Amino acid sequence: MPSVLAFAESRNGELRKVALETVTAARQAADASGGGEVHAMLLGGPGIAERADALGRYGADLVIVVEESALQHYSPEVFTATVAERLRAGSYRAGFFPASAQGRDLAPRVAARLKVSLASDVTGFELQGDSVVAKHPAYTGKVIVTLRLNGTPALLSLRPGSVTATEQPRTARVEKMAPAMDPADAKVKVTELAQRGATKLDLGEASIIVSGGRGLRAAENFKLVEDLAAAIGNAAVGATRAVTDDGWRPATDQIGQTGRLVSPDLYIAVGISGAVQHLAGMRTAKTIVAINKDKDAPIFKIADYGIVGDLFEIVPRLTEEIRKARKDH
Amino acid sequence: MKIAVCIKRVPDMEMRFSIAADRKSLDPSGLKYEMGDFDGYALEVGLQLAEKQGGEVVILSVGPDAVQETLRKGLAMGAARAVQLKADEVPFDGLALAQALAAELKDGGYDLILFGRMATDSANGTVGPMTAELLGLPGVTAISHLEIAGGRGTARRELEGSAETLEFPLPAVLTIDEGIARPRLASLKGIMAAKKKPLEVKPAQLGEARLVVESMALPPDRPPGRIIGEGADAVPELLRLLQTEAKVL
Repeated sequence: MPSVLAFAESRNGELRKVALETVTAARQAADASGGGEVHAMLLGGPGIAERADALGRYGADLVIVVEESALQHYSPEVFTATVAERLRAGSYRAGFFPASAQGRDLAPRVAARLKVSLASDVTGFELQGDSVVAKHPAYTGKVIVTLRLNGTPALLSLRPGSVTATEQPRTARVEKMAPAMDPADAKVKVTELAQRGATKLDLGEASIIVSGGRGLRAAENFKLVEDLAAAIGNAAVGATRAVTDDGWRPATDQIGQTGRLVSPDLYIAVGISGAVQHLAGMRTAKTIVAINKDKDAPIFKIADYGIVGDLFEIVPRLTEEIRKARKDH
Repeated sequence: MKIAVCIKRVPDMEMRFSIAADRKSLDPSGLKYEMGDFDGYALEVGLQLAEKQGGEVVILSVGPDAVQETLRKGLAMGAARAVQLKADEVPFDGLALAQALAAELKDGGYDLILFGRMATDSANGTVGPMTAELLGLPGVTAISHLEIAGGRGTARRELEGSAETLEFPLPAVLTIDEGIARPRLASLKGIMAAKKKPLEVKPAQLGEARLVVESMALPPDRPPGRIIGEGADAVPELLRLLQTEAKVL
C-alpha cells in the first residue's frame, strides 16, 4: 500500500496549525486510497522531536525527524534536498505541503528536483486511479480550476484553512533522518526571523477576522476594529490595500488579490466598499458581515448580513453587545 | 550587472470572466490583457538596480505572438531587449514553463533572474522557485525588501505574522512581492524607443506537462447579499443571526 507524505511546518520549534492540516489531509488521502501509511516530516532545531507526538494525534503513523541545530531556521536548500530525498526513496503516492510562505517556497523546489507534478494553493483534492485531481482557485478567486496531477508522487500545497485539522490518534513511530546535504554548504541563509507581536493571531489561522477599510478615516480609528476583535476573542485584524498603502496598518495585514487570501468562518468588513482586489482575498469566507454607510457599496452584494449606516455608531454598539453576551454566559 | 525579468501576459482581473465552450479555458472574447501585477514590481526592481549599479535588463515571456505587446510595454518601461519564447499555448504546469525558461537562461550569464511572486491568472507561484532549482542557483521567494551589493544580496520576505531576512550570493533567482517599488509608467519617449529595441523570437522548449487542466468553472455564487437593517439599532438583530442562523459566534 503506497504511503502519503506530509510536510509538518514548524517555526521557532513550535508546530504551525498548517502542519496539523497537512497531516489531516494526508490521513484522508491515505484512507481513501486503501489505508496506506501517513509519514510526517518534521525538520527543525534541537528539541523539535518533542513535537512528533502531536503529529501522531492527527493521524501520522510515522514521524521522520530531522533535528539539527543549523535547521533552527528554514533553509530552502537543505529542506528541499532532504524532503526530496525522502520522497524519492519512499515510493510515495502523494506529498502534502501547506500553501504558506514556507510551503510555497519549498514545494515548487521539491517538485522541480524530482520532476513531478505540483498543484499549488489547493482547496480540495481527490485520488482517482493513478492520478490526483485537485481544485485550485485562480484568476483572483474568480475561476475554480480542476487540475489533474499525473505521475507519482503527486505534490499538493493546501490553502491554509481549507482542511480542518482533526484528531485521529495513533502512536506514531519516530525515525531520525540526517539532512540530505550539509547545512554548511547552503548558499542561502536565513540570518534573522523577526517576530511581530508573537501573541498576535495570524490572519491565515484565525477563524474570525475583523477587517477595516478607508471608511475608518484615520489610522487611530482602527482601535474600533481592534476592540471588536478583542471582544469576540480569537479574532484577527485585517485591512484593505488602500489602508496598508496609506500606512495605517502594516502591509502584512492586507487582505486581497495582492495580499493574503483568507477563508475564515466569519469575516466582518468595517468601512470596506468591496473593490474587486479586496473581494478576491475574502470571498470564500463562510459568513460575511458588512458595515458601511453607502448602501450601494459592492460589499453588500456578497455580504450575508449587511448593516447600512455610520460605522462609528454601529461598531462600538456591536462590541458592547458582544461583551454583554459573553458576560451572560 | 545583467538582469533577466520573466513576465507573463495575463487578463485584466477586473473583468467579468466566462468559461469557453471547451470548459477548460476562459472565453477570450472581450478580455483585455496586461502585464501581471507582481511582474511589474519585479521589472521595476530590475530597472532600478540596473540604473543604480549599471547594467541591462532583458525581459522574457513564454507564449504566442500576443505576448509581444506585453514585452513592448516592458521595453517602453526601460528594458534593453526582449525575448519571446514562442509557444501556441502557455501551459498551466509551472514546471513545464520553468524548463523552457531555464533552457533559455542557463547560458545567459545573468547575475539576477527576477520573477513576480506569482502570475495573477494561474496563481501558482511556482515558476520562479522551480527555475532556481533547475538552474541550481540560490533562490528566494516573495521578497518585500532587497539590497544587492558586492556580488551578494540581502532580502526580506514576509511570513505569516513575522519576517525572514536572508543572505545569498549572486547569481540568484528571486521572486518579488508587491509593494517593494511602484512600477513606473512608460514615458512617450520610452514608448517610441521601445519600437526600435530588439525583440528576439525563439521556440519555447517546454517540458512535459504533468499538471493538466481538466476543467474550469466559475465559483458557486454566494447567496445574494442581504441588508438586515440600518444604523446601530440593527446590531441586536445582527448578533441574533450570527448566533442562531450562521452559528459563528
